[in-house]
Amino acid sequence: MKYVDEYRDGKLARAIADTIAREADPGKTYRFMEFCGGHTHAISRYGLEDLLPKNVRMIHGPGCPVCVLPIGRIDEAIELAKRPEVTLLTYADLMRVPGSKGTSLIKAKAAGSDIRMIYSTLDAVRIAEENPDRQVVFFAIGFETTTPPTAMAVKLAAKKGLENFSIFCNHVLTPSAIRAILEAPKTGKLPPVAIQGFIGPAHVSVVIGSKPYLPFVEEFGQRIVVSGFEPLDVMQSILMLVRQLNEGRAEVETQYIRAVTPEGNVQAQRLCDEVFDLRDTFEWRGLGSIERSALKLRDEWAKFDAEKRFAVKRIEASDNPACECGTILIGAKQPADCKLFGTVCTPETPMGSCMVSSEGACAAHWTYGRFRDKARREEAGRKAS
Amino acid sequence: MSETAPRLRARKLDMKTGRVDLSHGSGGRASSQLVADLFRDAFANEFLDQGNDQATFPVPTGGRMVMTTDGHVVTPLFFPGGDIGSLAVHGTVNDVVVGGAKPLHLSASFIIEEGFPLADLKRIADSMGRAAREAGVTIVTGDTKVVERGKADGVFISTAAIGVCWEGVEVSGDRARPGDKVILSGSIGDHGVAIMSSRENLEFETAILSDSAALHGLVEAMIGAGAPHLKLMRDPTRGGLAATLNEVAHQSKVGIRIEEDAVPVKPEVQAACEFLGLDPLNVANEGKLVAVVAAEGAEAILAAMRAHPLGREAAIIGEVIEDDQYFVQMTTSFGGGRIVDWLSGEQLPRIC
Repeated sequence: MKYVDEYRDGKLARAIADTIAREADPGKTYRFMEFCGGHTHAISRYGLEDLLPKNVRMIHGPGCPVCVLPIGRIDEAIELAKRPEVTLLTYADLMRVPGSKGTSLIKAKAAGSDIRMIYSTLDAVRIAEENPDRQVVFFAIGFETTTPPTAMAVKLAAKKGLENFSIFCNHVLTPSAIRAILEAPKTGKLPPVAIQGFIGPAHVSVVIGSKPYLPFVEEFGQRIVVSGFEPLDVMQSILMLVRQLNEGRAEVETQYIRAVTPEGNVQAQRLCDEVFDLRDTFEWRGLGSIERSALKLRDEWAKFDAEKRFAVKRIEASDNPACECGTILIGAKQPADCKLFGTVCTPETPMGSCMVSSEGACAAHWTYGRFRDKARREEAGRKAS
Repeated sequence: MSETAPRLRARKLDMKTGRVDLSHGSGGRASSQLVADLFRDAFANEFLDQGNDQATFPVPTGGRMVMTTDGHVVTPLFFPGGDIGSLAVHGTVNDVVVGGAKPLHLSASFIIEEGFPLADLKRIADSMGRAAREAGVTIVTGDTKVVERGKADGVFISTAAIGVCWEGVEVSGDRARPGDKVILSGSIGDHGVAIMSSRENLEFETAILSDSAALHGLVEAMIGAGAPHLKLMRDPTRGGLAATLNEVAHQSKVGIRIEEDAVPVKPEVQAACEFLGLDPLNVANEGKLVAVVAAEGAEAILAAMRAHPLGREAAIIGEVIEDDQYFVQMTTSFGGGRIVDWLSGEQLPRIC
């Protein structure tokens, strides 16, 4: 397939792998975090771990919107959907995410709530238009990539004069989460992790540009390489991070130059500014409350805000105490380190956030990588004896 | 009633307040649990315990027969390359064929929604008749029920079939052994992509047709080329190649390793999967089969398959290995390793 196969060329990948192996200093350990679930997925799906030398370690970050959505928000969405007048629209990967007390949207649907899966926010507006007697609520989640389509849906609904359309807004911001991880040693809110560089987001950066990452270089001396989601992109970005480290550089670089500019998509940014405002604080599953890390509808668009229209009550719900998602999401532990992994927590019956979306660190490891665990355990056993 | 996915260790079905949800129809672990914990306990017998897509049983007067049944709820009813009628014949015939038996007779039961156009029903019946004649089977008994508008969606068709086992053929899901070769009869994902391309809320243009076809001729060719070497056959329908290989691994208590580059995928299917976020390994087929064969018979069987119109793209995609965790592993085109797992949850309801 043209424009895809080029970025999945096995020979080229092995050539880059050879270069990484040659240039990585065997006396050093390289610890890089790929922030996005899209990168986690590519690394697991293509088995990139097997192509990297042992001293280059990838840490899976929290950039999976389904994973960081707190359980309470799922409960709130289920409560919304229980209202007889409401049709709740959602992207498919939210359907199975467990709320508290073993509930989920797919179970709520089976119990009679009108919950429908959609593929585009335009479908959401169309469904509202076609069903004037229903209150149509779009369960909006995602990082900066999915925010502009939500903003567009709100503006379109306003233009069409729809009185029965609203948004249950859960859009979150990437730079705020990166900052929370980097500030962990100082704030003590999260366990500190030694990270020497980030594989920066692909699609998010198309929207926000590469400039928002500059403060992480200036304040924390970090390295960021903004990378495409294709496996060759990831390999090349890892090489770029290895080189920055070897040469003593700390910079924002862009590997994904075919789509990312320093300024990003200014038109999309303006659209989002027009419709959304910062929340003072927002709860992230696994990361806790992070200030100024999420969006809400501006007051002038308040009539499209489902939280206001239906006076949604906050529901506080906490994760299973044995769940290690918090430490896994920031890379302090690996999925197989969690006692629940693969026993009570699997993609069919996820307990923690990292298992719910295919982009989550635990789900990716379960789906693609868990065959390595036995050998790893045996090796650890040999070392211990 | 063939699902062999491992039972979940932790959560049991909640028989008091639980409800059936769409994931119970996905062909993955949730379906498997429903069958194992609810139906298998209620029906308990040795034939169900065979865990295959069909039951094989001795006939009192001599010989062995195979019986199978399949419900069809596909939407839309007419799709590129087929319709619910041809599918209802092919799906059930193929379950008999991969059980190592020559299909003989079919039954067909129709649940029809009030208001359904007679012209459409005739089109479906004609298509079923044609598919049956081509597959060399007769539809010998049937039933029709009509339900009020809104209580069904157009028409649902259940078919059952019986067949007589071919002599000298001994196939079962538990017969794969390390060293055996895994053969796939052609490109994967065609049926699933053809259905998706014609779904109302997805509609995209593609030249892909469903691969829906009866596999009796292909299997006869394989038997002719090396019956003693044929260990097992499966048609990778709902859940795709990934689900089938995992079922085989668990039933035979072995591992399987396949090569990504050896698995044929049409560029159009790859492209559609790309923008829908799907893996072709999980997408349904209706005219393909997977065979596990002894290594010494592999080349002869492969050659016979390639000489048949439905096996032109047949390929050895991997082999059976020892693995006490029964993983299906794949060497990616990058040279890295990964698991090929059952898909969690529902990819697309009502694919067949």
